Amino acid sequence: MSDVEVPTLELRDLQTRFHTRDGVLPVVDGVSFTLARGKVLGLVGESGSGKSVTGFSIMGLVDPPGRVEGGQVLFQGRDLLQMSNAERRALRGDRIAMIFQDPMATLNPVLRVDTQMIETVQAHRSVSTMAARKQAADTLALMGLSNAEERLRAYPHQLSGGMRQRVAIAIALLHGPDLIIADEPTTALDVTIQAQILSEMQKLVAARGTSLIWISHDLSVVAGLADEIAVMYAGRIVEHGTVDQVLDDPQHPYTQGLIGSLPSANLRTQRRGARLRQIAGMAPNLLQMPAGCAFAPRCARASAACAARPEMSAPSADAPSHRVRCFHPGPVAVEAPV
Amino acid sequence: MSWRPRFDEHSIWWRVAADFLRSRVAIAGLAVLALVALAAIAAPWITPQNPYDLMQLDVLDARLKPGTPSSAAGYTYWLGTDGQGRDLYSAIVYGLRISLLVGVGSAAIAAVLGTGIGLLAAYAGGKVDAALMRLVDLLLSFPTILMALMILAYVGKGVGNVVLTLVLLEWAYYARTARGQALVETRRDYVEAARGQGIPPWRILSGHILPNCLPPLLVIGALQIARAITLEATLSFLGLGVPITEPSLGLLISNGYQYLLSNEYWISFFPGVALLTTIVAINLVGDQLRDVLNPRLQR
Amino acid sequence: MSLTTLPLVDLQGVSKRFGAQPPLGVFGQALRRLGWNTPPVVTHAVDGVDLAVRPGEVVGLVGESGCGKSTLGRIATGLLTPTEGSVQVDGQPLHGLNGDARLAARLRVQMVFQDPFASLNPRLRVSRIVGEAARLHGLTDAAGEDDYVSAQLQRVGLDPALRHRYPHQFSGGQRQRIGIARALAVQPKMLVCDEAVAALDVSIQAQILNLFMDLRDELGLAYLFISHDLGVIRHLCDRVAVMYLGRVVESAPVDELFARPNHPYTRALLAEIPRIDQRRTAFNTIRGEIPSPITPPSGCHFHPRCPQAMPRCRSEVPTLRGIAIHHASACHLNDAA
Repeated sequence: MSDVEVPTLELRDLQTRFHTRDGVLPVVDGVSFTLARGKVLGLVGESGSGKSVTGFSIMGLVDPPGRVEGGQVLFQGRDLLQMSNAERRALRGDRIAMIFQDPMATLNPVLRVDTQMIETVQAHRSVSTMAARKQAADTLALMGLSNAEERLRAYPHQLSGGMRQRVAIAIALLHGPDLIIADEPTTALDVTIQAQILSEMQKLVAARGTSLIWISHDLSVVAGLADEIAVMYAGRIVEHGTVDQVLDDPQHPYTQGLIGSLPSANLRTQRRGARLRQIAGMAPNLLQMPAGCAFAPRCARASAACAARPEMSAPSADAPSHRVRCFHPGPVAVEAPV
Repeated sequence: MSWRPRFDEHSIWWRVAADFLRSRVAIAGLAVLALVALAAIAAPWITPQNPYDLMQLDVLDARLKPGTPSSAAGYTYWLGTDGQGRDLYSAIVYGLRISLLVGVGSAAIAAVLGTGIGLLAAYAGGKVDAALMRLVDLLLSFPTILMALMILAYVGKGVGNVVLTLVLLEWAYYARTARGQALVETRRDYVEAARGQGIPPWRILSGHILPNCLPPLLVIGALQIARAITLEATLSFLGLGVPITEPSLGLLISNGYQYLLSNEYWISFFPGVALLTTIVAINLVGDQLRDVLNPRLQR
Repeated sequence: MSLTTLPLVDLQGVSKRFGAQPPLGVFGQALRRLGWNTPPVVTHAVDGVDLAVRPGEVVGLVGESGCGKSTLGRIATGLLTPTEGSVQVDGQPLHGLNGDARLAARLRVQMVFQDPFASLNPRLRVSRIVGEAARLHGLTDAAGEDDYVSAQLQRVGLDPALRHRYPHQFSGGQRQRIGIARALAVQPKMLVCDEAVAALDVSIQAQILNLFMDLRDELGLAYLFISHDLGVIRHLCDRVAVMYLGRVVESAPVDELFARPNHPYTRALLAEIPRIDQRRTAFNTIRGEIPSPITPPSGCHFHPRCPQAMPRCRSEVPTLRGIAIHHASACHLNDAA
């Protein structure tokens, strides 16, 4: 294996904007990251942070009034944004797959499960229906679904929510893609089902060397699954590092605020029942973004310097993969310099 | 401290109106309807003749070409005359009056009746709901014209009877839609919250559920007006609607039917154009209304 | 508060079944004789639950889909009538009352809903949403309504100047606050929060949880806090009951439950929650799916998935018994000791 292996995915300054009646929303505002083969990236943020739209932009699924307006999306070295629709379609479902929060975004309610899975198989390979069906059954078994034959003959509404999501994930896995983008797939599911699905995803990623982008607002899920975490706020990545770096030593005040808001995090430091630490202010309004740092209106450390737009820090010597977009990065106890 | 609402602080109807006016086609339809309505209201003042007053008709002036001056009265028959000597222009304007009266009147009454029944069925549920909806199914399964003919044969001719007939036939559409929409809304959390706060059922129905059911009902209402007008014209054409002495557009068309092939086209043609224009305008408005209201349903 | 205080809401032996068919008439019996026998589809949402909430107490109700916690919450507020069992509010049976007394009992327990988008009527202005019931029931009059509504909004941390707006103009967290203001406007003594923070972002969730705690301190409110999120429950509640498929399987003071979980389901649940300090873990899982409440397993509902199931678990329903101080669990394994 050469040590200059082409990363599975490389995003360079991706920009996606929504042109609405009220104005232009910079939903994805210069997002860059690299994802190596077999690695899991947790893309974390709250609603409005642009994390889902980043996923859609990579897949080429952004609908009007949204448009990808800049940057590069390099999948195994080739820029997806420069490809023709036909080339992108050839990759989608075959080499790149997406899993949505609502499995009914993937599943057609009027078709049986086997029909849909066979259709997906035959879209990219010319195999017989029998062979396609066998492949479908095998993939379902991989997802831990017992009784694959019964599931195949069912319609989506006959399956429970957890099973539907597993079928949707199985469809994504049919061709053994090199990259999977998962947009909050377990958010709507019970803890026990979520644990099963996470466990299966882990095994698959390890076995096949698939790269995985796990988009979520839930830091604890990402903690268990991911190798790296990128935290998004108002369309920009504000912190990016290995999972240990970001969760144990967060540098950006927003990341610290997020971690601090979790009841479980508060347990370690405060008496149970005391008020949780909350992030001041309100979610950013993309129509009225400040010129400089997007988080400045809510930040305790904000100073005059924050009127300029911060960039991601350069890799430092002792933590080369941990980067922050902040003029005042540092552990929680640090106060803003005047 | 006076509070003046911003655009999106107005009620949803304000925003619906603003969206509606974005379509030029719909504005054109609305303009035509406004013109028709104004003409109908101002009929006595803008027409030289009252076509329902037999004393003003001159049989000798029957079937005159458009543009012929009248022999006695001193005005010109701009659109010609029909078989009884009626000035077609006046007859059309008065006929539009009847069409609008019947169309809007029957749609409005049917809407109130049907919506009330539909909401009641949705909230009551169980046997009441089942019984009412079977009645609705029954009504909707009969061919409309057949039913109308049977009812009119029993109650007799006349504008009032036509309105009655149309109401009896139309209320079922509103009932079914109102019930469907109300069933969806009744399951929503905000209705449960209202119940938990001890708000009485009738108030929940009228103040909470009804406002959320209005969009589809409005669309149906708009399109039903066109349907009612067409139905009335059809019945009159068949001779069962309005009396002969007070012709509506349908009757005028019927009167002129026999002359179509003998080159005296105008007796059927101009009323036909008037009818068509009105109905197309209503449909354009109804279509735009449906498009505008649709995404609103999803908020 | 002492445990000898009279409970504010007391549920005893409450069961709720949906879809039970009325007895067949002549026609139905004839069909049955012809061989067409369609058994009624009955959902056993809640099965023999005892639950009491004392004034000022925060009781947590935890469980996954189909466990009946939402149904139980609605029974506590009076929105649903139990098929069996009794509901008592302030010592009075809720469903035996009439008229004013019944209304007063209903208003005493108010609900905060999960979906901030569906729980507010999109066609009504916030001032009406919050003030309507208070006005109707005489808690305020026409002259004072505006001030009353403003006071409620202020109490939940919203700017009263916004009261003429429509719900769609507010964010999710703000709408949830409006829902809380609506509940508070009728001066309840207890709030039933049905997954009230589940649909919110983490940072907003923290704000709303803090609000709940402030209201508890200011107004002495009791809570029945329904959630699937054990982290939130642990932070907020005094006592917790764990439900599985319609039954309470374990109940204990919150610290005790997390320190010494007894029932196998509780232990599995605690082991499976992702935690932020567990990195690149192998996720522990219980095998199997959650059964449907239409056909629950016989005996102990959890036995098909329980790693320690015994033959007795399939045939006999375990009773909820005390195993330590204030700590009850429904498991046959406790008998073995």
